[in-house]
Amino acid sequence: MLSRTADALFWVSRYVERAEYLARILDATMRLSNLPHAYGGAGTEWQSAVATAGCDETFAKAYGEANERNVCDFLTFNPDNPSSIRNCLALARSNARGVRTALTSEMWDALNGAWLELQRFEKKRMDREEFARFLDWVKNVSLVFDGSAYRTMLRDDGYWFSRLGVYIERADNTARILDVKYHVLLPANEQIGGSLDYFQWTTVLREVSALTAYHWVYREAVKPLLIADLLILNRRMPRSLAACYENISRFLDLLGDSYGRQGPAQRQARKTLANLSSTSIDDIFQHGLHEFIEDFITENNRLGGTIIEQYLQ
Amino acid sequence: MVAFDEMTGSGAELRPAYEALDKWLKEAPPETLALRRSQAELFFRRIGITFAVYGDEESTERLIPFDIIPRVLTKPEWTKLEAGLRQRVTAINMFLADVYGPKECIKAGIIPADLVYRNACYQLEMVDFQVPHGIYCHIAGIDIVRVDADTFYVLEDNARTPSGVSYMMENREVMLRLFPELFATHRVAPVDNYPDQLLATLRSVAPRSAPSDPNICLLTPGQFNSAFYEHSFLADKLGVELVEGSDLLVKDDVVYMRTTQGPKRVDVIYRRIDDDFIDPLVFRSDSILGVPGLIGAYKAGNVTLANAVGTGVADDKAVYSYMPEIVKFFTGEEPILKNVPTYRCREPEANAYVLDNLEKLVVKEVNGSGGYGMLVGPHANKAQIETFRRKLKASPEGFIAQPTLALSTCPTFVASGVAPRHVDLRPYVLSGANGISCVPGGLTRVALKEGSLVVNSSQGGGTKDTWVLDA
Repeated sequence: MLSRTADALFWVSRYVERAEYLARILDATMRLSNLPHAYGGAGTEWQSAVATAGCDETFAKAYGEANERNVCDFLTFNPDNPSSIRNCLALARSNARGVRTALTSEMWDALNGAWLELQRFEKKRMDREEFARFLDWVKNVSLVFDGSAYRTMLRDDGYWFSRLGVYIERADNTARILDVKYHVLLPANEQIGGSLDYFQWTTVLREVSALTAYHWVYREAVKPLLIADLLILNRRMPRSLAACYENISRFLDLLGDSYGRQGPAQRQARKTLANLSSTSIDDIFQHGLHEFIEDFITENNRLGGTIIEQYLQ
Repeated sequence: MVAFDEMTGSGAELRPAYEALDKWLKEAPPETLALRRSQAELFFRRIGITFAVYGDEESTERLIPFDIIPRVLTKPEWTKLEAGLRQRVTAINMFLADVYGPKECIKAGIIPADLVYRNACYQLEMVDFQVPHGIYCHIAGIDIVRVDADTFYVLEDNARTPSGVSYMMENREVMLRLFPELFATHRVAPVDNYPDQLLATLRSVAPRSAPSDPNICLLTPGQFNSAFYEHSFLADKLGVELVEGSDLLVKDDVVYMRTTQGPKRVDVIYRRIDDDFIDPLVFRSDSILGVPGLIGAYKAGNVTLANAVGTGVADDKAVYSYMPEIVKFFTGEEPILKNVPTYRCREPEANAYVLDNLEKLVVKEVNGSGGYGMLVGPHANKAQIETFRRKLKASPEGFIAQPTLALSTCPTFVASGVAPRHVDLRPYVLSGANGISCVPGGLTRVALKEGSLVVNSSQGGGTKDTWVLDA
């Protein structure tokens, strides 16, 4: 297929995934900021939301203080934030539009419908209730798009590239959530394992819809070590780094088989997956979670770049 | 001026082709028509949503009004039209081969040399270049108007990148869905084999060095072009890649497209980009739509461009007036399709007549299209006429003039009910190495405003399905 088509499919999925991720961050932060100070807040949650979204610098330039209004505005409709929900959906649609026939009509409907609907939300002044409805709607757009892709796309290279976009983005997002919560959010004088800590970690789980899963898997109170295990190593957890890499590696192999040629992307993905399989969560904590995550994010970005170089240019 | 009506002739009779349709129109309650019309609009909107650009500002341009009452032609009418179209397109291809080759028609005095050589569309790059299989104009759209039961005129030849064929196909699709009962009472010749014919045509003109299964692609200026919808529609129906300039690269005079499996050689390009923009190394250097080196590959014989570069010299409005002589010169036959009688303002006598009769004539800019730059004398006010008088005096060679034709009318569903509206017809003619093909019918455009003669969609025109009865 045309490299431009594959590139567009890859990025359409990434942008939709990112929009959903932003909605999840906002939703969880909202909830956290509603808690009495003794349980949650401590005033850093909005700053943390910006950090988790990976755009502290652009935010700092545009606004002074990280408060609810500024952060919500920045992450949702701000046209100057290249990664606002609005811009993610706009970019997803314009990428899709250029390669319209490579998408199924269901996928296009989902994106185009979302774009039209978004303009209605954008014009409204939303109170908290409406804003919550808006965030639900964004998550739903991603579900519908993802479901349409899953149900209607031919299982060939187009589908594989679109899936690679989803999982590269998702792996990045999961890693960021873990990193930011662990190092930025928790004030220095707060005890690990204290009540503030508890609610912070619960928020992490909520952001990735994994609170219930956590209880099913571990049948224990929320503990940082186990949360990290769930989100990094547990392949049953669809957002975990291991699960993402299982998929990335699988779709890259399908591409390699179908094209009759393996390349650096396949090797790199396999190596990361092997690392995740041979590591235990105790090892990771011993060497430092932050370092581990930082390395992972760098490697994951590098793989994205390798895929682009190998196939999309 | 009373126009010929395709259903009722001069108004009193009922022409045989329309008998069944007339019966149906009389029996169908008005609310049914209104309902079907809104269903048709919904259908087009839906295609817009799922296929094109609905939701953007330019989508208003996309949704050209569709009239649900079909325009009906009989088999004998079409047979004659088709013969005329084949003859005309044959002549256009021979004319192009001649003006870029031996120039016999100029030597024989059939057409003034300056009209060819000083024509902005005449491409020096093409002189003495052998195009693959000798075909220049692979896809032509010939605009036809009708003035009475037997007379069809060619209003305009479109030999560059004629558009609109997607409407022809969609119009039929929507009619089949909404009016199955009408198709049971009429034997309508199908048009849905157009993409197959187009594909066969494009395959047939691949360079001789190309593999037996040549790689064909459709080159579009991109998603912001107003016809992008049609480009993606056609690429989809043809099953070929829709490429933008940046998807192609030229290396050692061979064209490749960038794919996920590396560069893949391209043999035939159905290009919907104008000559001027197609190769910045040869034409406009500021074009970012084209492919640097494409013309080099073309001239090395490694790729076929459809249509060829430089075909615009054949559809220029000034050259148009010489088409009857051109047809006769190259085919040795009398033209089956007539031209609209045309005054060439470049000729002083003709221009004098035009200046004296502006209020009766239609004056067109030689290089205009889309209904712009045009004066419809009988409908113009004094100021507009005076503007054109000045233009004509200043540069007469830039204009032609034609009598105001009583274009035929067809029954059309409008706000006041069913009423006659003026129509034209654009059939699409395909020329390949294995001959000429033409699906029966074409795109009927209708001027929805009462009395209006301008059918262009940019000026309030709509479209209709066109039926050729196969019995």
